[in-house]
Amino acid sequence: MKTFRKSYFLLALIGLSITVAGCKKYLNQTPPYGLNAEALYSDPDNYINVLAKLYSGLSLTGIQGPAGNGDIAGIDEGFSAYVRVLWNLQDLPTDVAVCGWNDVGIPELNRMTWSPENSLVKGMYFRIYYQLTLCNEFIRQSSEDEMTRRGFSDADKQRIRIYRNEARFLRALSYYHALDLFGNIPFITEDDLVGAFQPERITRAELFNYIETELLDIEQRLLSPSPAVYGHATNAAAATLLARLYLNAEVYTGSPRYAEAAEACLRVINSGAFSLNPSYPNNFKADNHTSPETIFPVVYDGQYAQTWGGTTFLICASLGGSIAAADYGVNGKWAGNRVTPMFVDKFPDSTLDSRFLFYREGQQKEITNLGTFTHGYALPKFSNMTSAGFPGSNGGLSAHVDTDFPMFRLADVYLMYAECAARGFADQGQGLTYLNRIRERAYGNPTFNFAALNLQDILDERARELHWECVRRTDLIRFNQFVEGTYLWTFKGGALEGQAASAHLKLYPIPTSDIVLNPNLEQNPGY
Amino acid sequence: MKKQILGFLTLMMVNFLAFSQNATLKGTVRDTLGTPLFNTKILIEGLGKGAVTNDLGQYVLTDIPAGQYTVVFRNLEFKALQKTVVLASSEVKILDVTLSNEKEFEEVLIIGYGTTRTTDMTGSASVIKEEDFLKGNLGSPEQLIMGKAAGVKINTNDGAPGSGSTIRLRGGTSINASNDPLIVVDGVPLDNGGIAGSSNALAMINPDDIASFVILKDASATAIYGSRGANGVILITTKKGTGKEDRLRVNWQSNHSLMSVARYADVLTGDDFRRLVSENGSPAQSDLLGDANTDWQREVFRPAYTVDNNISVTGGIKKLPYRLSYGNRTENGLLRRDLFIRNSLALSLTPKFLDNHLEIEFNNRFAQTANNFANRGALGAAYFDPTQPVLSESDAYGGYFEWLSGSLPNAIAPRNPVGLLNQREDKSRVIRYIGNLKATYKLPFFPDIRATVNLGIDRAQSSGWVATPNTSASGALGIGGLGSYNDYGQNRGNKLFESYLNYNNASKKSKHLVDVTLGWTAQDWFTFSPNLPVYSYDQDTIIVPANPNPFDTRNALLSYFGRAIYTFDNRFVVNASIRRDGSSRFSPQTRWGTFPSAAAAWIITNEKFMEKQKVVNMLKVRAGWGVTGQQDGIGDYAYIGNYYPGALTAQYAFGGQFYSVFRPDGFDANLKWETTSSLNLGVDFGFFNDRINGTIDVYRKDTRDLLAVVPVSAGSNFTNQILTNVGSMRNEGIEITTSFGLIAKKDMRLNLGANATYNRNTVLKLSQIEDPNSPGVLVGGIAGGIGNTIQVHQLGFPTFSYFVYEQLYDANGRPIEVGAANPNGGVYDDTDAFVDRNGDGIINIDDRYIFPQAAPLWFLGLSLDFTYKRWFAGLSMRSELGGYLYNNIHSNNGTFQSVNGPQGFLNNMSTLYFNEEFQTTSERQLLSDHYIERADFLRLDYVNFGYDFGRIKKVKDYVGLRAGITISNVLVITKYQGLDPEINGGIDNNIYPRPRVFTLNLTFNF
Repeated sequence: MKTFRKSYFLLALIGLSITVAGCKKYLNQTPPYGLNAEALYSDPDNYINVLAKLYSGLSLTGIQGPAGNGDIAGIDEGFSAYVRVLWNLQDLPTDVAVCGWNDVGIPELNRMTWSPENSLVKGMYFRIYYQLTLCNEFIRQSSEDEMTRRGFSDADKQRIRIYRNEARFLRALSYYHALDLFGNIPFITEDDLVGAFQPERITRAELFNYIETELLDIEQRLLSPSPAVYGHATNAAAATLLARLYLNAEVYTGSPRYAEAAEACLRVINSGAFSLNPSYPNNFKADNHTSPETIFPVVYDGQYAQTWGGTTFLICASLGGSIAAADYGVNGKWAGNRVTPMFVDKFPDSTLDSRFLFYREGQQKEITNLGTFTHGYALPKFSNMTSAGFPGSNGGLSAHVDTDFPMFRLADVYLMYAECAARGFADQGQGLTYLNRIRERAYGNPTFNFAALNLQDILDERARELHWECVRRTDLIRFNQFVEGTYLWTFKGGALEGQAASAHLKLYPIPTSDIVLNPNLEQNPGY
Repeated sequence: MKKQILGFLTLMMVNFLAFSQNATLKGTVRDTLGTPLFNTKILIEGLGKGAVTNDLGQYVLTDIPAGQYTVVFRNLEFKALQKTVVLASSEVKILDVTLSNEKEFEEVLIIGYGTTRTTDMTGSASVIKEEDFLKGNLGSPEQLIMGKAAGVKINTNDGAPGSGSTIRLRGGTSINASNDPLIVVDGVPLDNGGIAGSSNALAMINPDDIASFVILKDASATAIYGSRGANGVILITTKKGTGKEDRLRVNWQSNHSLMSVARYADVLTGDDFRRLVSENGSPAQSDLLGDANTDWQREVFRPAYTVDNNISVTGGIKKLPYRLSYGNRTENGLLRRDLFIRNSLALSLTPKFLDNHLEIEFNNRFAQTANNFANRGALGAAYFDPTQPVLSESDAYGGYFEWLSGSLPNAIAPRNPVGLLNQREDKSRVIRYIGNLKATYKLPFFPDIRATVNLGIDRAQSSGWVATPNTSASGALGIGGLGSYNDYGQNRGNKLFESYLNYNNASKKSKHLVDVTLGWTAQDWFTFSPNLPVYSYDQDTIIVPANPNPFDTRNALLSYFGRAIYTFDNRFVVNASIRRDGSSRFSPQTRWGTFPSAAAAWIITNEKFMEKQKVVNMLKVRAGWGVTGQQDGIGDYAYIGNYYPGALTAQYAFGGQFYSVFRPDGFDANLKWETTSSLNLGVDFGFFNDRINGTIDVYRKDTRDLLAVVPVSAGSNFTNQILTNVGSMRNEGIEITTSFGLIAKKDMRLNLGANATYNRNTVLKLSQIEDPNSPGVLVGGIAGGIGNTIQVHQLGFPTFSYFVYEQLYDANGRPIEVGAANPNGGVYDDTDAFVDRNGDGIINIDDRYIFPQAAPLWFLGLSLDFTYKRWFAGLSMRSELGGYLYNNIHSNNGTFQSVNGPQGFLNNMSTLYFNEEFQTTSERQLLSDHYIERADFLRLDYVNFGYDFGRIKKVKDYVGLRAGITISNVLVITKYQGLDPEINGGIDNNIYPRPRVFTLNLTFNF
C-alpha cells in the first residue's frame, strides 16, 4: 500500500513535469492592445488616424499629450516639438529673438556658437527624420497595390489616395526644412523599409529637384482650400511651399528660380480662397482658425491637442516681467523670449504700425544679459485670447492653448511675389500692389504705402510682418545678411555688440551621432 | 515506549548497583558569543537523567553512577551537542559547553536549486546570518545586510518611510537593462519591479522573518540562474518551525524609534535673504520681499515616532513543525503627514510524510501596507522665500501664502510647502502575497535520488487615490479650477512552476562524491493597471477622461538547467552547470540563450601535509568561470513592430473635428540576450580554529551585446534611438572579507568583522560602428535648464562619468564668472572662465571633457560585536571612497539669478552662494567641473548596547528578556558640501533626508 502511494506520487510528479515543460507556446506573448501594421491597415477607417499622427508630428511631441511617450528620445521632449525647434533654429540666431533660458543649446543659438551636439539641432534633425520615416510608411501602406490587395472599395481608395498625397506633401515639407537647415542629408523614400540600414546621402541640389518634382506631382491632386478641410494640406499649401523653394533656389542650388516662385504665388493668390485678415493681431489668437489669411496651419487645442511646444511655447515663453499672463489667456509666464533693439528699430513709426506689439513696461530696450528677462522688449505677438477678448478653451487656467500656428499665410505669398517683382521676375506694379496691401493693413490707411519696390524695404517688411514665424534666418541668408558684417545685432557672432560670423553657420551641422553611425554622410563644411 | 521502559529498567539496575558513591556533573552552557543559554536541556543518554539550565546557563546533575556516558545538550535554537564524559565515584565534574547555532550554515549552504556543503562551494558566496544583521530601526529586508559583505553595495534611496534601496553586486553590468540582483525568497524569485502605490517592493517582506541571506556573486554560482544571474543572486531563507520540541515558543520583539532630521540644508535666513536681495537685487525683486522670517525646513519636517512589533510562535504539532509570525510597523516620516503602516503575517509549515521520504515546505507570506504619502514637492521647502509667512492674511488658497499672478496663483512659481503638505491627500493600500509549496521526494528504491517540485506565486495588488482640493493653489490651477481626484490601481504578479531531480551519493561514504541536478523552471509575469479618469475634487465632473486602453503587459521565461558537482576525497571539487533560457521578450529566432559555468576548488587543509600544523584550520583556493544573461528591465514587446493608440489629449483636428492617432513604435526585431562572462579566483582561509578567517576574491566581468538605448541612423527606424544589443562593458575588482575574534574569553568576547571591495567599471564599446569621435550617450539630467545633462557613457570610461567644462579660477582661487568685471578691464568672456580644450577660440560642447566617475571605487564595511557577561554592544560602519557627486543644489540654487523675480516670485538660495557669489546661472556654468565634488564618506550606521536579563525571576516559567538601545545613522564624516554624500546616481538634488534614529529594542521569549 505504502509503495503504491509512493509510486503514484512519483508518477504524478513526472507527468506534471512533462506537461508544462513541453509547452513552448508559453513564450509567445503579444501586446494585448497594440495592433500590428497589417491588422491596422486592413481597415480603411484607420487611415485617417495614422494621417492624424503624421500631422500631429508637426504640432505635438508624442502620443500622450502634453508630454510623456514622446516620439523622439534622448533629448527633452519639448525640444522635439517641430514648430518650437524650427522657431529656435530660424529666429533665435537672428535679430528678431533672444531667449533667456539656460536650457541646453539655447545660449549657443543666441550666440551663433552651436556645434553638432547642439540639442535643438538634434531635436530638429531627428524630428524631421521621424516625420519622413512615418510618412514613408504611410505612403508605402497606402499604395494602389496595397489597397487592391486589401480589397478596398473605390470610395475608400479615392479617400485614401488623397491622404497619401497629403503624406507626400508632409514629407516634402520636412525635406524642405532639411534642405534649408542642413543641406546635404540622408535620403529615404517609401522604398526604404524599416530596419538596420544606413541611408544614402543626397546633395542639396538633388534634394531640391526631388522636392520640386514631388510637389508639382501632387499639387493638383490635393484638396482645394475651404473651411471644411481646414487642417488638411491643400493645393494652395503645395503651391506656397513651391514658392518658398523657388524663392531661395539660388541659395540651395546656385540657380535662381524667381519666375517660377512668382507663378506659384499667383496660383495661390488667384485661387481666391484667401484674403488678408483686417486685423493683423487676430492672425495669432485663439480663434485664428477663422482667419481668412491662413493657407496652412499647424493645429493646436487647449483640450485635445496639448503640447509644451508649438504655440504654447510661443505664447508662454514670451511672457514675463510685469506682463499679466491672464491677459494672454494662459496661466504662467515662462520669461524666455524677447527681441533685440535692432529689430525694434525696424519700426520707425512705432505705435502707428499695428504690428508693433512690443511690451515695454519695466523692460529696457538694450540687452546686456541674455538671462535677464527685462533686457530687451517683450513681444507677446501670439495669444490665447480670442479676437473678441475671451480666453481659449482652457479658460486661461492652463498653458495649453487653442492658437494655431500659421505655417503659411497669404501675407507671406504677397511679399514673396513682391520680392520676385523687385528682382525683376514678376510684374512690378502687381508686386507693389501686393506689398502695399500689407502696409495698408498694418497702418489702417495708405499713408505709409511704398511708392516703389526696393529689396531692402521688402526684407524689412518681411521682418515686421513675419517675425517669429520661422522665416527670418532663411530671409537673411537670401539677402546675405545672416553672417556678414554689414548688418549687426546684439550677440550676433557671439559678441555683445554683434560681429560678423563664419560663413559655415549658414548651414546647421548634422548631429555627430548620425555622422558616426552612417558612413554615407559627410559633415557640413566648417564643423 | 519500549525504549523508555528499557531505559527505566537500566536506570533502576545502575542505581541499585552503585547507590552510595554517585558523581555530580555541572557546568554552564553558552552560545558562541559567550551568552549563557537558558532553558537548555541536558540528558545523560541511557540513564534517563536530565536537567535544564537556569537563566545563567547553569545546570547540575547529581547522583550519577560512575561510568562513561554520552551527555546530550539540546537547545531549540542551536545545534545539539554530544559530549562523552567519564565520571569516577564521588567526582564533581565541571563540564562547560558552548552551543553553536550555525546548525544549518556550518555544513550546508543553500545554492540555486539545492544545497551544497560549505566546504564544497567552488563559487563566490557570502553568508550573512541573523546575528550579523544590522540593528536598529530597519524597515526593509535589504537594510539588514548593508555594509556586511564585500562586493555587495546597498544604499537606501532616501529617508522616506518604506523607501527602497539600490543593490549592486560587483557593480552594474548593464546600461539600460536591469542592474538589480535576482532576489529569491525560499526558492521563489521575486518580482523586483515596484508597484504603483508602494515605494519599495521588498518592504512587503518583514525583516524579522528572515533567518539568513546567501549572496551568490560570481557566475559559477549564479549561472544556474542563467539569464537571471548576471547581477548576482540574493537567496533569502526565512525562519521555519523546527519541530524538535512540541512546546510552543513565543518570541516578541518590540522596537520603539524616535527619528529626527540629522542635518538641514544650509540656506539663508529671512533677514539675510532680505538684506542680500535689497542690496544686490533689482527694485522689482525687492518689491517681492516679505517681512517674515520663516524657517521652511522646520515647517515641513518633524521628529517622528516609529513602532515595530513582531511576534512569532514556533513549535511542532505532532509531526508538523510550524512558525507563525505577525508583524506591525507604523512608521511616521520626517516629512509631515508621511505615514507607512505594514501588517505582515507569515505561516510556514514544514511537515514530512511517508517515512520522511516526502518533505513538504509550505511558506505563506502576506503583507498589507497602507501609505499616506506626504507631497514630496515640499522637499524643496529649503528654497522657498524665507521672508514670506506660512499663512497669508487672506482666506484664498486655504489661507496659505502663495505667489500670485493677478488673483490666480502664479503657475510656474513654487507652491507654499506647508500648503503642499496640507492640501493634498495621497493614500494607497497595497497587499502582497508570496507563497510557495515545495515537495521533495526521496525515491523509495533509490534514496540517493530526490525529486523536487516547487510551485510559487507572488501577487500584489494596489489601489490608491490622490486628491487636491479646489481651494488649494494647485487645485485652482488645474483644469477648470475644480481641483482633482483620481483613483489608481495596479495588479501584478508572477507564477513559478519548477521541478528538478537530484542525485547525491553522500550517504555512500565514498571518496568520490557526486551531486547531479537536472530540472526545468517556468515563470511568467504580468502587470495590469486600468486607465481611470481624473475627476474634479468633488468627484462630480470628469475633467480628464480615461484613455481607452489599460496598461497590460506580460512576459514569460522557460528554462532548463543541469549541474554536476564532483568531490574527490574532500580535497578537490569540480562544479559545472548549464542553463538554457527562453524569453518571450525576444523573437522566436533569438529567444534562446545558453549559459554555462565551470569551477574548481582545492581544499588544501584536507591534504595530508597540512595535518601536522595547528595554525591553519582552513585553506581553500577556488577558480570559476561562467556566463550569465540579462533581459530584465527592458520592455516586454521591444522586438515587435506595432502601432499604439494615442491619448485623448494628443489628437489632431481636420475641419474642426478631432481624430485620435495611431503611432508605430520603433523596434529591433533582432533583439537578443545581453550576456556577461565572468572569471573569479578566490581563497578561503581560517587560522587558529577560525579565530581569524576570511575570503579574498578577484573577479572580472565582461558584458557583451549590452542592451542599451543608442541612436540609430536617421531615417532607418520609427525612432531616433532604440534599445538594441550594442557594445560591451567590463567590471573588475577585488573583495576581501575577514573576521577576527579579538577577545575570546569566558566572560568577554570581542569580534571584528571587516570587508573591503574595489570595483572598476569601463565601457569597452558603445555603438555598432566603433568610432573614437562618437559623442557617447548623454545621460544624467540636471535641474537648472531643460535638457542639460551632466553625465555620459563613453568608451574607456566608467558608465555615468561626468561630462563637464573645465572651470578657470582667478588669482584668489575664485572661479571666474562670464560677464563679471575683469580687474584687467572689461568683462570676463567664455574663454576666460572655461578652458578652450580644442583651441578653436569658442567655448561649446566640444570643449567638455570626461571626469570619472559617479560610483565609488572602494567600499568598506566594519563591524564590532562585544559581549561581557550579560552586556552586549556593537557598531557597524560603512565607507565609500573614490566616487564623485554633482552638487546640483550648489549649481542651481547657489547663484544670485536663482533668486528669480522676472517670473513673479523669489527663491531662497544655498549659502554655498557665498563661495563664489556668481550673479548669473548659465548653461555652461551649470556644466562646470566646479560643481563636481568628492563624495567620499564614512557613515556610522549604528551603535547599540544592551543587557540580556535572561530569565525574569518573578515570572513563572520561562520568560526571557533582552533589552537594547540602538542609535542609527549616528554620524557621517565627509568633506562633501551638500546635505548627504550618499546619493545613488551621482546627482544631488533635494533628497528626502535620512533620519537619525534612537531605537529601544525589547525582546521577550516565552
